[in-house]
Amino acid sequence: MNRSEMVKRGTLKRLLKMLFKFYPVALPLVLLCIVFSAAVSSIPSVFMQNVIAVLEDNQGGGWAEIGPKIFRLVSILASLYVLALISSFIYNRAMAVITQGSLKKMRESLFEKMQELPISYFDTNSHGDIMSYYTNDIDTLRQIISQSMPNLLISAVTILTLLSIMLYFSIWMTIVVLSGMAVMVFVVKKLGGNSAKYFLRQQHSIGKTEGFVQEMINGQKVIKVFSHEQQVKTDFDAINDELFRDSEQANKFANILPPIVMNIGNLIYVTVAVAGGIFLLTNASNFSISGLAFSISVVVPFLNITRQFSGNINQVSMQINAVIMGLAGADRVFKMLDEKAEEDEGVISLVNVREDGGEITECADRTGHWAWKEPLADGRARYTRLEGDVRLQNVDFSYEKDKPVLRDISLFAEPGQKLAFVGATGAGKTTITNLLNRFYDISEGTICYDGIDINKIRKPDLRRAIGMVLQDTNLFTGSVMENIRYGRLDATDAECEAAAKLAGAHDFIIRLPEGYETMLSGNGGNLSQGQRQLIAIARAAVADPPVMVLDEATSSIDTRTEAIVQRGMDALMKGRTVFVIAHRLSTVQNSDVIMVLEHGEIIERGSHERLIEENGRYYQLYTGAFELE
Amino acid sequence: MWKTLIKSLREYKKPSILAPTFVSLEVVIECIIPFIIARLVNQISAGCELKLILQYGLLLLVMASFSLMFGWLAGSACATAASGFARNLRKDMFYSIQSFSFENIDRFSSSSLVTRLTTDVTNVQNAYMMIIRTAIRSPLMLIFSIVMAFIMGGRLAFIFVVMIPILAVGLFLIIRKAFPIFKRVFRKYDALNNSVQENIQGIRVVKSFVREDFEKQKFEKAAEDLRHEFTKAEKILALNSPIMQFCLYVNMVFILTFGAYTIVTTNGLDFNVGQLSSLMVYSFLTLMSLMMLSMVFVLITIADESGRRIVEVLQEESTLTNPENAVMEVKDGSIDFSEVSFRYSEKAKLMVLRDVNLHIASGETIGILGGTGASKTSFVQLIPRLYDVAEGSVKVGGIDVREYDLDSLRNQVSMVLQNNILFSGTIKENLRWGDPYASDEQLLEACKLAQADDFIMSFPKGYDTYIEQGGTNVSGGQKQRLCIARTLLKKPKILILDDSTSAVDTKTDANIRKALREYIPETTKIIIAQRVASVEDADRIILLDKGKIVAVGNHEELLKSNEIYREVYDSQNKAGEQHE
Repeated sequence: MNRSEMVKRGTLKRLLKMLFKFYPVALPLVLLCIVFSAAVSSIPSVFMQNVIAVLEDNQGGGWAEIGPKIFRLVSILASLYVLALISSFIYNRAMAVITQGSLKKMRESLFEKMQELPISYFDTNSHGDIMSYYTNDIDTLRQIISQSMPNLLISAVTILTLLSIMLYFSIWMTIVVLSGMAVMVFVVKKLGGNSAKYFLRQQHSIGKTEGFVQEMINGQKVIKVFSHEQQVKTDFDAINDELFRDSEQANKFANILPPIVMNIGNLIYVTVAVAGGIFLLTNASNFSISGLAFSISVVVPFLNITRQFSGNINQVSMQINAVIMGLAGADRVFKMLDEKAEEDEGVISLVNVREDGGEITECADRTGHWAWKEPLADGRARYTRLEGDVRLQNVDFSYEKDKPVLRDISLFAEPGQKLAFVGATGAGKTTITNLLNRFYDISEGTICYDGIDINKIRKPDLRRAIGMVLQDTNLFTGSVMENIRYGRLDATDAECEAAAKLAGAHDFIIRLPEGYETMLSGNGGNLSQGQRQLIAIARAAVADPPVMVLDEATSSIDTRTEAIVQRGMDALMKGRTVFVIAHRLSTVQNSDVIMVLEHGEIIERGSHERLIEENGRYYQLYTGAFELE
Repeated sequence: MWKTLIKSLREYKKPSILAPTFVSLEVVIECIIPFIIARLVNQISAGCELKLILQYGLLLLVMASFSLMFGWLAGSACATAASGFARNLRKDMFYSIQSFSFENIDRFSSSSLVTRLTTDVTNVQNAYMMIIRTAIRSPLMLIFSIVMAFIMGGRLAFIFVVMIPILAVGLFLIIRKAFPIFKRVFRKYDALNNSVQENIQGIRVVKSFVREDFEKQKFEKAAEDLRHEFTKAEKILALNSPIMQFCLYVNMVFILTFGAYTIVTTNGLDFNVGQLSSLMVYSFLTLMSLMMLSMVFVLITIADESGRRIVEVLQEESTLTNPENAVMEVKDGSIDFSEVSFRYSEKAKLMVLRDVNLHIASGETIGILGGTGASKTSFVQLIPRLYDVAEGSVKVGGIDVREYDLDSLRNQVSMVLQNNILFSGTIKENLRWGDPYASDEQLLEACKLAQADDFIMSFPKGYDTYIEQGGTNVSGGQKQRLCIARTLLKKPKILILDDSTSAVDTKTDANIRKALREYIPETTKIIIAQRVASVEDADRIILLDKGKIVAVGNHEELLKSNEIYREVYDSQNKAGEQHE
């Protein structure tokens, strides 16, 4: 988790821009309500001054004389209050809607962006880190949008209103207040900056602790088996203590700031009282916008304003941490949103077709026949029947520059053929399949599907034409049926069941507590690894693609079950081009072609029989299993 | 619940008591300051001498300094107390998890444990800080302000008697209504995070099935659910501030009108301008402290759920405990199962293992075969006492495993788990899990036995190569061999390999077994495998099916006598035999 200690410039601007884009009408209205409500809440001192002035002017007159004057003043105040209450009600409710709505939209754009990112992004970024965009970072944004933004605006408006009222009353006394405030602002800036620094550091430590804890808890059983508890505890203590120190520092600064600000406020209050008293006593001449002379009706409200004024600066100081943390969160979210999406320059798409005597016509409904559609310059389209013919020509590939993983790979698979890759782990078997569906792009050479360069095919269509059963089986929360249907969303229950039967999964599924409706959770944690693989095969079967890649698809199924599944698998593979990766040689023996990979190169190829006759590496591998006989 | 949590305070009890004490002192001064100021204002309006004003000023200066000092002390004591409390909670939880048995670990999902250690502790920390600061401060402030208001305002202060209940009831209703919704919000949150996590892990599946749009729709629904509930909850909480403002405004209007009335009718005797000013201040303070109090309640209710989840971990007792007078020495590598039955949970109806009887001599090599779900793993897990038997007994070296010290037992009975894990760190560091004092030569030797030396040396940094979290930068087969090497370094009397070579090619697999046979002949070796080839040279092969031993014998015997074994063997070797 890499949190920079400094927030990038322009982040606030971008965040505000985004919010205004989400709510172009509502947000300005809400802000208007906030401004109005804040302004009203800071004016009672004006009325108080008026009331006291009325009282002072009163030379022995009774209530009957003064009452109406006061009532008039108070009723103006009351009606302003009613308006302020209404706008406060509106903006508070609306802000709740806007905050949650904006967060939802941000989550959605994050997720949409994530779907567009290339596989390499997921291979090179830790999953925990990607997760924290959705948890920590969005959470800090909630704070900044719903709390900090309105509060800061309120404080700003209040401070401005108060300032003008102060000037209205007395400029001399305003200067007294402002010089006090300057000290206050200085302290807030100094301490607040420190506090924010430690809060960011705390955030970083939390991330570190989370990473450590996650790794250890995932490996808890290994820790037990090695009786390694003591060592792990010591390591944890070190990280935990660091988090404690950062957290303590951060909170110390945050906690002592309010009393400091408040008491500077108190001191200013006292200074103003004393200064006011001196001005009154010495009959100093006032200098103000209103032209009021120094009197108790000026000094008393002024004291109230002073209190409100420092109270608002205190409010601002309490938002500093939230703002800095929120902006750091926004920074990270924007970084993710700016991430480069997977490029797709393909133009050829996969369409449903009908075939009448060699003539291919496109149609909307599902015919079970597919063709590649290539738009031509003249607006017409060329159709090529989807067959499942895959050819690799002189393909080179490397994940990192200068570290070739595959070298000069050439191979062809005719429709309906079964090709197998055999080789030691790390020889590049899985990498080849990653290239077929363009999870990664080749550095050199060409890959053609039905004679078309796969770079010209739209990625979604290319992937739809290649079924994958991957090494790590990932299932999703939902019923077994839903998981199988993932292969083809419009498949009927019967079709899903047929696919499960084909994959040999039907037998165990019907023995689950609720059969096909059994809910799977936590990546199908309630199933054994072998059972999960069977469901994954069924999922690929229901998609019914012409080309299938089985990457160690049956590695966790015991050979006896595999033998039983084999019949289904054979049926599944019939008529398809299949790429099989397995280290279990019994799984690949009946392939049309077996390729032996070593260090990214094909060193042998041929049928099982031919390879045995060749007496090469495959023969060694094969006899290795019998070596002990 | 809080009782259990508070136990983790320990050395932070002192700041936890100091903080509220300082806070109380601060509040006292804070409440007296407006009182003195009111007197000052009255003096000024009565036209007193400058000297008196300065005296008042000095007094107020001293008081503000004290208030600042107490505030400062309270703030830092509070930070130490809350951060320390959180530190101890994390520590206690982590230590508690370290004492968990496999059964305990199975009960919690790992992601939930991580959340408990991080987010939940942070929630409790924030609530605790709020409690020791505000829970004392607000009521104290409330009482003081009301008392002062009565002293200053006399009858006028009765407005408080009316307004405070209104505000209190309003806030109470808001919290009561919002709380259940917040609980739902947390659940929606979990669901959303879960769907993101699943998506990140399964991104290859999503992309290869071209399900990006489908996933987006699914996510949109989860996000909308969350937004809906959260908006509902926040809308209710949003009433807080208008209600508060309403009370404040009513107060202001009332005090202004009736204050003026009282001043006029009593000629400033009962009530004067200075009092009017401070009464306004006190009304503000009163309502403010009520508001803070309501915020404390909100925080506590949010932390309540977190606290409950933390306590669950703290109170979880390990289902396996070290016996008194534990045996520290494992005599030899012999193993005896007598009448052993086992199930993972007492609630489970069916036994996973039933009536298992078996004697394994020290130094024997045992192969275990069986179909998916035959309880092979369950069987071997009983030997290092990762789980306890339900019935019968398992003996190692002639002594019941329950009589051994757990660490001693597990140091002598080493198991390479099926889902094994390497930790972030160099290869050397990972290997030294087996023996922290192993010399480099010993590491090399173990890796040679596990056929790992070759590929380690092919890495540019050799044994100092850094392993990423989860071992993602080595292949499955390499990971398995490193795990075997790590276990070999323990030099155990019994070595259990639970399908530990499934990703290793057959030749390397054979080499590993050969090395084990030649270099550690005295060690009892138990090998679970799916390939017959991996076990056919074992002294005896045990065939498990549905939790029962169905056959025991060496390769030739089983090939002759057992049909299932023959079937498995044929399924793996048929093609080869035909050929030869």
